[in-house]
Amino acid sequence: MARINVNPTRMELNKLKGRLKTATRGHKLLKDKTDEMVRRFTVIIRENKALRDEVEKDVANLLSQFSVARSLMSKSDVALAFSMPSVSVQLECDKANIMSVKVPSLQLVENRSESKFPYGFASVTSEADYSVELVGKVLFKLVKLAEIEKITAMLADEIEKGKRRVNALEHVMIPNLQETIKYISMKLEENDRSSRTRLMKVKSMMENKV
Amino acid sequence: MKGKMAIVGNGDSIVAFSAGGIVPYSVENAVEAEEVISKLAKDYQIIFVTENLAVQIEETIKKYLSSAYPIILSVPSGDGNNGYGMKSLKKAMEKALGVDILFNENND
Repeated sequence: MARINVNPTRMELNKLKGRLKTATRGHKLLKDKTDEMVRRFTVIIRENKALRDEVEKDVANLLSQFSVARSLMSKSDVALAFSMPSVSVQLECDKANIMSVKVPSLQLVENRSESKFPYGFASVTSEADYSVELVGKVLFKLVKLAEIEKITAMLADEIEKGKRRVNALEHVMIPNLQETIKYISMKLEENDRSSRTRLMKVKSMMENKV
Repeated sequence: MKGKMAIVGNGDSIVAFSAGGIVPYSVENAVEAEEVISKLAKDYQIIFVTENLAVQIEETIKKYLSSAYPIILSVPSGDGNNGYGMKSLKKAMEKALGVDILFNENND
């Protein structure tokens, strides 16, 4: 491991010891944090997969229903039937906090309207009615999926970053500091010994003279 | 905060979503889709993109990953499901965990 390039003095030694303490503490905290994030991630991604399967099936179903409806009506009638929202919903966007990752939190608020379908029944076929109704149902799941998939993506990103930091601390920063501390303390001891032998030598020389 | 939803896709099938209050934006190709999305990103909180387009504009979608909004979500398009959504899910999992905990049972 590479040694940090510093002067081998007592002051540097103290500074480095402080840094090592912080690094060890930070490493432990970060490791705990990523571990917890991974645990949550595994829960969320299972949920995400199940929801995704469901939504993909629903959307495929909806689209096939829609193409039937479209084939039975004129183009302008289709545009008319589908242009107005059948479920009057309000999307509420907020932010939640998962392990200090700011994730979106969505809520669909439904406003009940008197009529189920926002158009006259004369020119619209029942197939269209059915697919309009389906859209309303799928919508809630779609919004839920949007939320959960974003959370998954953001958590994955954050976990990767956290892991990289933990590894950098564990395999680079901490060993480097330890090695440098060892080097400085050995150097200091060496200096100590050499000055002691010098003193002893001087003393014996003086004794010989007398 | 009140949010708005939009869908970007090719073909007529996206019109179906407007019955749910999602504003449809029809585009012809990937370049156009990128332009539309960058315009929509400021005003809309959820942007749905059909899968066949999402595959082509992966880089653009990644740009919006770091912030909570807008959310860009791929949905199956009229011509079927090409598995892009599952693939991106798998990618996220591999990035975070390094192992496959969901899909391995399908492979063996």
